[in-house]
Amino acid sequence: MPEPLPSQEITTRTHTAEILANARRDTERYGLDEIFIVDVDSHHAELNSWRDIIGYVEDPVLRDTAEQMMVHRPQAGQLALSNYKAGLAFQDAGSRIPHQSGLAEPVPVDGNPRDVELVRRAMDAMSIDVQVVFPQPMLEIGLHPEPGIAVQLMKAYNRWFVEQILPGDPRIKTMLGLPFEDPAACVETIREFGDHPDVIGFLVTSQRHAGVHRNEYLRIYAELEERGLPLGFHAGPSWQDSMTATMNRFLSVHAMSFVTCNMTHLTNWIVNGLPERFPGLRTIWIESGLAWIPFMMQRLDHEYLMRQSEAPLLKQLPSDYMRQMYYTSQPMEITDLKLLEATFHAMDAENTLLYSSDWPHWDFDVPGRVMSIPFLDDTAKRNILGGNARKVFGL
Amino acid sequence: MTLSAPRPTSSVVARSSDVAEGGRYVVAVRDDLHIGLFRFRGRLYAYENTCPHQGGPVCQGRLVDGVRERLDAHRHSLGLAFDEDDPHIVCPWHGFEYRITTGEHPGAPRFRLRSFAVTEENGEISVAL
Ligand code: FES
Repeated sequence: MPEPLPSQEITTRTHTAEILANARRDTERYGLDEIFIVDVDSHHAELNSWRDIIGYVEDPVLRDTAEQMMVHRPQAGQLALSNYKAGLAFQDAGSRIPHQSGLAEPVPVDGNPRDVELVRRAMDAMSIDVQVVFPQPMLEIGLHPEPGIAVQLMKAYNRWFVEQILPGDPRIKTMLGLPFEDPAACVETIREFGDHPDVIGFLVTSQRHAGVHRNEYLRIYAELEERGLPLGFHAGPSWQDSMTATMNRFLSVHAMSFVTCNMTHLTNWIVNGLPERFPGLRTIWIESGLAWIPFMMQRLDHEYLMRQSEAPLLKQLPSDYMRQMYYTSQPMEITDLKLLEATFHAMDAENTLLYSSDWPHWDFDVPGRVMSIPFLDDTAKRNILGGNARKVFGL
Repeated sequence: MTLSAPRPTSSVVARSSDVAEGGRYVVAVRDDLHIGLFRFRGRLYAYENTCPHQGGPVCQGRLVDGVRERLDAHRHSLGLAFDEDDPHIVCPWHGFEYRITTGEHPGAPRFRLRSFAVTEENGEISVAL
């Protein structure tokens, strides 16, 4: 009689290797162990370490406020000072997708923080050689009602991550979030961590209401350009925008707001000629999928041709600048292969697309996803899985 | 000479008691073939534990009734409700749902689980492989 599987139902307590066991089949089928794979977007659950992170808040009064919250309010140990939005709790589709609810599997204590082991398990299961790890709710920090608290939390998180997580495994890298509310603090952050070998770029957490072209931010871009470090824009959801506030289902919010925040920043970036002003600065648009790219190319080209006087710094079409930027692959909208192929062609995906898993989010993509695309040749697949990232990040 | 397709062989994969009414039982028939058995209103269903989306372990997901949206005579929405006649298995990787009774995605039937003929005799369950 054949054996039953050890886990009849996958839950939040199932071992990552077991959740992702089927991804190992792709490893054999496609020979993934022989391919250099960089995952440019994955996440760990920083709220599980929130008490430790709060300990890194520099402002003594704010830190005390948070510590008192954590002592006296039952739930504050994972939330104090944060702007965690209740809408985020819908991401797991009513616990239909348990790894989004949380990775609560047992992890032996070996001196490393639990998150290091969880990241390793995911890398091993998906044959990933280098994984760029980001937080989760901290990506919404741009919507915090108080900019001063947002800056303090971003700085505390960054220091905690660099000291506690990065030393855990040389395969773990990150692009640190910039405390964008305070341009001087952004420059300090770049100067402090920009030489760290595992900090391979910096990030604007995209869900925010800031014009990224404004003069006060240019010193940030100049600093990054001079150091040869890329700038990422990481999208996030918001149920509080005037647009998404009309919506009654998380599906709708997720479909729109993960894209529109990056569309907004990319539009400001191009129309204000930042690619011309910072020609050596590489930009990466993260976690918005691909379907928006050909739309933006056509839309911006169309408008630009009629209103050139409003974008006089441009020397090429907006779509030309877009082809000189980089994009992470997840969530790759594979529902119509002809449209996907046209998208790959429009964006020169062979040279601009960076594989990303987004693990452990509910809409993650395994590396086999790239290998299964029928119109790509071997070189294109290898570029997308790791070759392009090697170039962008100098790995 | 014409070659006829090999006839499926029937293999015993579980005892009847392993699959409760309304429940599921996932077995490793071979290293590369895991099968989920489901029993709903007395009938057995057998599907490969590989999701047609990205290959996830679909049979190890949450068993939950399909969701319907109720409308009144004026087509106003009265909200959502579970349909007890239409249990679903939800792939834990990304949430694709499949009808236990057909193996089809309820919104896009071109996504369907690979199914196996299943028989039950003398307290044993067999699938045609
Ligand atoms: S693999 Fe099953 S939903 Fe994606």
